[in-house]
Amino acid sequence: MTKNTKVKNFHQAKWDEPIIFELSTKGERGILFPEIEKEIEAIVGDGFSKLPKQMIRKQAPQLPELAQKQVLKHYLRISQQTLGADLNVDIGQGTCTMKYSPKINERFAGSPKFTALHPAQDESTVQGILEIIYKLDLFLREISGLDKFTFQPGGGGQAIFAMVSIIEAYHATNNEGEQRDEIISTMFSHPSDAAAPTVKGYKVINIYPNEDGLPDIEALKKAVSKRTAALLITNPEDTGIFNPKIKEFTDMVHKVGGLCGYDQANANGLLGITRAKEAGFDMCFFNLHKTFSSPHGCGGPATGALGVKEEISDFLPVPLVEFDGKKYYFNYDLPKSIGKVRAFYGAVPAILKAYSWIMSLGSEGLKEVSRIAVLNNNYLLKKVLEIPGASAPYAKGRHRIEQVRYSWEDLYNDTGVTTEDITYRMVDFGFHMWSSHHPFIVPQPFTLEPTEAYSKAEMDEYLAGLRRVVKEAHENPELVKSAPHRSVVHKIDHEPLDNPAKWAITWRAYLKKNKK
Amino acid sequence: MEEKKKFVHPYIPNSVPEIKAKMLKEIGVKDIDSLYEDIPESLKFKGELNLPKPMLSEYALERHVMQILAKNQTCQENLSFLGGDCWQHHVPAICDEVNRRSEFLTAYAGEPYEDHGRFQSLFEYASMMGELLEMDVVNVPTYDWGQAASTAIRMAGRITSRNEILIAKSISPDRLKIISNYCNPVVSIKLVEYDLKTGQLDLDDLQAKISSKTAGIYFENPSHLGTIDGQGQIISDIAHKNGALCIVGTDPISLGVLTPPINYGADIVCGDVQSLGIHMQYGGGLAGYIATRDEEQYVMEYPSRLFGITHTSVEGEWGFGDVTYERTSFHDRVDGKEFIGTCSALWGITAGVYLALAGPQGMQELGQLILQKSQYAMKRLSEIKGVKIPFPNSPHFKEFVVDFKESNKTVKQVNKSLLKKGIFGGKDISAEFQELGNCAVYCITEIHTMEDIDRLVQALDECLNKEK
Repeated sequence: MTKNTKVKNFHQAKWDEPIIFELSTKGERGILFPEIEKEIEAIVGDGFSKLPKQMIRKQAPQLPELAQKQVLKHYLRISQQTLGADLNVDIGQGTCTMKYSPKINERFAGSPKFTALHPAQDESTVQGILEIIYKLDLFLREISGLDKFTFQPGGGGQAIFAMVSIIEAYHATNNEGEQRDEIISTMFSHPSDAAAPTVKGYKVINIYPNEDGLPDIEALKKAVSKRTAALLITNPEDTGIFNPKIKEFTDMVHKVGGLCGYDQANANGLLGITRAKEAGFDMCFFNLHKTFSSPHGCGGPATGALGVKEEISDFLPVPLVEFDGKKYYFNYDLPKSIGKVRAFYGAVPAILKAYSWIMSLGSEGLKEVSRIAVLNNNYLLKKVLEIPGASAPYAKGRHRIEQVRYSWEDLYNDTGVTTEDITYRMVDFGFHMWSSHHPFIVPQPFTLEPTEAYSKAEMDEYLAGLRRVVKEAHENPELVKSAPHRSVVHKIDHEPLDNPAKWAITWRAYLKKNKK
Repeated sequence: MEEKKKFVHPYIPNSVPEIKAKMLKEIGVKDIDSLYEDIPESLKFKGELNLPKPMLSEYALERHVMQILAKNQTCQENLSFLGGDCWQHHVPAICDEVNRRSEFLTAYAGEPYEDHGRFQSLFEYASMMGELLEMDVVNVPTYDWGQAASTAIRMAGRITSRNEILIAKSISPDRLKIISNYCNPVVSIKLVEYDLKTGQLDLDDLQAKISSKTAGIYFENPSHLGTIDGQGQIISDIAHKNGALCIVGTDPISLGVLTPPINYGADIVCGDVQSLGIHMQYGGGLAGYIATRDEEQYVMEYPSRLFGITHTSVEGEWGFGDVTYERTSFHDRVDGKEFIGTCSALWGITAGVYLALAGPQGMQELGQLILQKSQYAMKRLSEIKGVKIPFPNSPHFKEFVVDFKESNKTVKQVNKSLLKKGIFGGKDISAEFQELGNCAVYCITEIHTMEDIDRLVQALDECLNKEK
């Protein structure tokens, strides 16, 4: 039956929408602001007289001038030229956990009872939002087994950076800051696990996968030493293979005096199944915009909820939200704190949405999320492997957790069609298909993650898309290589984007470099 | 076992038992537990997560969450003068309309074809910010101003190959905490005093502290204390003479009336766009921008995504893409610049909508309105017995410091008393800026009417001079 699922005769919205500056008509107004009261003007004048002359703007900013409906129309059109998760079978952006972000949670986040809160308000006036922050902390303690969470980091990268900051402060406190100058990560962990430590001056050792696709424990044995500050690792990694030796990894690092940080940006297959605590981690973080359903927003706002064990909770950024049995309050009294990584308390809308999402599911529901995410993933794995030219390197015949990094290497060898080509052709059927972070350890990689949010029929539709493109790769590779054909725009000229004489990151730069 | 239960949740289509069974059969296993074969027994969580009973119906969930949120008292229900890194401005309806669109709200990391609109809206955001700042390069937003300033400082360190930064002491204390953590232990920080009479940077102290080790001087204009520093050109000249960069943090909503920092010599400009059409959201509406000139040595030091405009194979079509993607940690996990990931893109799109709505006239009128209203408030407050304005002769924008020392009341006491009258008084900075007395920062924007300001004046007078 699935073999008969047809791909859609899709065509994306194509408005040929100009750049907003090209829509400008001198004198049009998009919004009016209040008029100044005559009485105020009589007292203070025009407001400029107090300013030093050199600080007064001479020429108005050259912003576009559009009436209100024209601004709206422009943005609605370009929104239609964006393939959000709500509109597609979004299983092609592997590692990103593109699940359903419930609309009821948007209603909460859009309520003035939340939007009109200033972060410096008196604690007595924000007991509601503090309760939500505190209770989400309690929930995540359960889910991870760790002892205290902060929601300050504004994304996974910043959460990793906060972990590195804690690692650094911890060793400095023990007078081992100088000695411990190395952080160990793995090649299949997120790039930020390696990149963030370098900001703090750490030398990073990247462990490569062995033939089973797991980080090589022998390499780790060689890597750990008195110089080891910490291990930063994902499990499962981007391959979706759970590392059964993870406890040995954390033990080995603890033995030499290092800390262990668990990158659980994506924990979608593991809720209520296995926890950071039992695997021996001192810290972990969850991306609320991934596993916990807060929408991705084209790349934020986001939260990397960072949890730690009691022993290192003194190093967390300030403030922490506490509860004294009667009221919620901020605790700034953390003498060893790393300070702050983000202003105030983090991307609070993501906190509110994650709280609501967990409240809608409960313990049984969270477990069901993970179990179905894993069921979906293994169904997809089975079906993808039936497509000629597709393979799933490593762990042959075994099952995966929530995602798989596949390879089109065989198809490429047969047809010359690359992962990149297929990505762009999949667009013609209304699908994303993401490859991998760099470097491409798996040749011609693609990464699929179906989450719990997609039905079997939807997965079958995506598979039909893959099958169709593979068929085309054999029969008419040019059609694939020249894709997309039915998206918003056609093959992009990349050359100007890497050429300093031509690149244009703003319209004004474009105009300067392309004078007619 | 679990498979037998009929738990079909609206967010999980394949919970339907028949579908589950069909898929298990297709995979060739008897239950879902078998799929977790790689997780050792010793690591399996055997218990039940201790979580509250779920609100399975949408109605129950709505009632539950709304009841909690109802405990909040908002700046809409009260009269608020809070500012300091998060500000209450009017949010145009179109801003909400656009950022609540499913297409933008739920997109993530697609290609510049099917996500063309994501690239275009963020390119346009950068372009409009570029006009406001008169700078040619603006990044896809980072987390917040603190991160933007931290990265600007680290960029300066790499560009100059130096590892010391000078920071004006009038900086937001929270931001200084973020920067300190981000720089430690690679870049060291020295604070430069500000003039207690004017709020402006102390040039003598700057001269004394700048050296051949200095990567840059960072100051905010308008400052965290609301003062406008007219010495920008002198400061940047001093920096440049010493081979250092001039980095300026600025609230973009001031730039309809204030000259952009590039005009007094800034090399890198940064700040937050929350003021441009984004709800405060308890501090969740922040998004940081970084801007520079279009010079290769600057562009190559950004860790951020930079979206550029290009053409396609079809005449007349605009295309977009990442400029110099190889700089980023997405491309090079060790030698990429700092790190990049999910930050605050949706707020960048929103700020773009705001600038498109406001246009050149709107930004000018808005800036003037804020100048006039804040000047009026300063004047009226200074007339209250027990109130002193620490920098009375300095120009200000939007925010100003109020000193209650002469009243013998703490800011906390004053704010408590105001709260009883439905007023959120200014942000307490008495602990962090002890040298100024007993102070709060008051914030006045276009949302405050004369009546609001007069009401504050009356309430303060009552609290300082009539109540015990």
